[in-house]
Amino acid sequence: MSLATLTKPWAATSYGFLDASAKRELRRKMLKAVAVPGCQMPYASREVPMARGWGTGGLQVTLTLVNPGSVIKVIDQGADDGVNAASIRRFVSSVSGAAQTWDTLDASIIQSRHRIPEEILRENQVLVLQVPDPEPLRDVESNISIARQMHADADYGKLWLTLYEQIVRKGRIMQGASYPALVNGRHVITPSPIPRWDVPKLHMSKHLTILSAGREKRIFAVPPFTRVEPLVFSDRPYLVEDHAGLTCQRSGLSGFFMNELPMDGGGSRFEVSDSNLGIKAIRRTEGEPDGIGDTWYRNGEYSA
Amino acid sequence: MNLETSSALQRAAPRLMADAPVLTMAGMSRAYGAVQALRAVDVSVYPGEVLGIVGESGSGKSTLLRMMNLEDTPDNGDYRLRLPGRADRNLFELDRYERRMLRARHIGIVYQNPHLGLLMHHSSSGNVAERLLVAGERSFEVLRSKARVALDASEFPLARMDARPIELSGGMQQRVQLAKAIALEPSLLLLDEPTTGLDVSVQALVLDTLKRLQRERRITMVLVSHDLGVIRTMADRVIVMRHGAVVEQGLADQVFQDPQHPYTQQLVHAKL
Amino acid sequence: MNANSFILRVQGLAKAFRMFHLEATLHAFEDVSFDLSAGEFLLLRGHNGAGKSTLLRTIWRSYLPVAGQVLYQSRRGEIDLANAADVDIALLRREEIGFVTQFLNARPRVAAQDIVAEPLLLAGHERTAALEQARHWLDQFGVRRELWRAYPSTFSGGEQQKVNLARALILPQRLLLLDEPTASLDAGARAALVSRLAELKAQGVAMIGVFHHPGDVAQLIDREINLGTRVVAPAQHEEPQYVAV
Repeated sequence: MSLATLTKPWAATSYGFLDASAKRELRRKMLKAVAVPGCQMPYASREVPMARGWGTGGLQVTLTLVNPGSVIKVIDQGADDGVNAASIRRFVSSVSGAAQTWDTLDASIIQSRHRIPEEILRENQVLVLQVPDPEPLRDVESNISIARQMHADADYGKLWLTLYEQIVRKGRIMQGASYPALVNGRHVITPSPIPRWDVPKLHMSKHLTILSAGREKRIFAVPPFTRVEPLVFSDRPYLVEDHAGLTCQRSGLSGFFMNELPMDGGGSRFEVSDSNLGIKAIRRTEGEPDGIGDTWYRNGEYSA
Repeated sequence: MNLETSSALQRAAPRLMADAPVLTMAGMSRAYGAVQALRAVDVSVYPGEVLGIVGESGSGKSTLLRMMNLEDTPDNGDYRLRLPGRADRNLFELDRYERRMLRARHIGIVYQNPHLGLLMHHSSSGNVAERLLVAGERSFEVLRSKARVALDASEFPLARMDARPIELSGGMQQRVQLAKAIALEPSLLLLDEPTTGLDVSVQALVLDTLKRLQRERRITMVLVSHDLGVIRTMADRVIVMRHGAVVEQGLADQVFQDPQHPYTQQLVHAKL
Repeated sequence: MNANSFILRVQGLAKAFRMFHLEATLHAFEDVSFDLSAGEFLLLRGHNGAGKSTLLRTIWRSYLPVAGQVLYQSRRGEIDLANAADVDIALLRREEIGFVTQFLNARPRVAAQDIVAEPLLLAGHERTAALEQARHWLDQFGVRRELWRAYPSTFSGGEQQKVNLARALILPQRLLLLDEPTASLDAGARAALVSRLAELKAQGVAMIGVFHHPGDVAQLIDREINLGTRVVAPAQHEEPQYVAV
């Protein structure tokens, strides 16, 4: 006698792991989020087989959107092959029957932690960003109820004040990732901890972006063709990371966002952060068809 | 002349010459539970003048000022401000957003307690810049230079313009409040016991600055104080309040030299 | 002079002070009437306590009359100062009517020349010209050059008085009320004052003055009013009251 003989074979109790009422909650809140771009919508965040803080919000969105015809890509800091990204991708596939891919151009749903791929996304693709802290006013107003009222009143004076003070004290705005941005001219969001390099990709995009925080239980969205404007003073232009002149040591690509890897003996080498793009570039150097699509950045400059 | 005649005088005399008032409040009444804080108060403030509101604690003067700042609404009452480019309407009917924007653009206020009026842990220039940011200013250089101008006009040392109010003395904190209040050149400046609690010598200096500023810019001011000396120094006209009602009003020198109402006489003679 | 060309017409003016804490009424004057034309100088006479200063202050509206009218021909039309709105009085005080006392309202940290120039600046005069004028009058009244940029709050009484006069008389008013302006003045300043008053009078300024030594302004006086006193017959329970007439 063994466990195998005593038990029935495993079968999903619900398609895509989440039960119908959970998915209904998420669908409704996602629609609300799209209807009011950039406004944080609270939702009843469910338990998933992953600890809070590891992408449960993004996972719930992906599980709600997935269908048997979906093609799933999951990246973590731009890489498909990290442990967490791979686990999430395999899990989604196993509970939904959807196909998996590393190729940005083939995916219908892209779930990502802290990066947006370099290849331009199309109108039939959805970008799902994992958000640790959805509240851009956290440092300005720690009381969440008051912060919510500030969003309702479009009262962002204190947030602008912190940017002013950064310039006064440090000479420039210090915000690296999670740069606050004004969506549709009305709500200020944190675009999740993506680098400044990636924020322009949200502006007037063809694709839909959903940002979800599982632990904080908030969801917000940037619909297609919606203005996303980082908060800057008119005489202090928005600057992205200074990666335009860097070259990836493995693939030879240059003009894209790089990971910096310190070397023994000092100094650094760089590798392109969008690792699948790097793989495509290596294929090209080996004489194979690369399948690299159009990118937001060309020759190191944003030009989409 | 008895009191009835004197207030009848204010109502009956046809407006001959002076410009129409900037601020008009009519029939202001407010009760907080069993306490009647305001009783059918009428107030007008004319362009470029300093109206002093004097009274003891519980007189309703601070309540009235809060209403002027749209921080609170009365049970009854009409409130109008004559502002460039704005239609004439009862301001208590404005919605939340309109009230906030009107306050931000057209009304400046200095509180007795600097913790109420300032962000103590941001820079002084930042406090002034915040007002400009709320009004929509987005150029860093303009923010910096306007903050500088406002702080300078308030006789705040520019070398310390980025110091935080929490690090400053009481008198300096009030100057930052003043700079913040005048940064947008408001149509109305409200001051609630602005020098109460400061050392006497510091009081004198702050009042000096206020007086100079008022004379130079002809700012319309409403100054609330229980201190007759302050009112005497600053005000052109005076309203005396007691238990929520106006008991006397008139030109400042007249109210102090020839008070008509027994309570006013008591107040004036009580000055040590 | 034509009776209709008056600048000021006082009719039946009366002033009494009701002092609630003493439960008493102090009568200052009653039934005062007179006309004043442009360029006329009216002297108020009477012994101390007769109500001369009180009458001036009642016209100026520091005191509220209990009866009577004070019809004034302003540049903007006729107005009864006794019953005018506070704001209109404030306007007239700024633009047309002046009150000169021996006391200077010294504003700290404003230079003497700026205090004196201020009426001109408020009336729209250009700054350099206004300051020049201010210095001229400070000089006329005998204020030493070194003091022109100094703060009058630090001056002696006499010097403050000179600054006061220079300021009060720099811009010709329509009506001037003078309450013992020569008190604590030296001979030179007194002469400058009289000379300036004569100038203004010739320009049509109407004046009512209370002077401790009327001899100083003898050649300016056109008319006099004597506020004598008489005893009002007391009621049974009252103390006798003294009323200036």
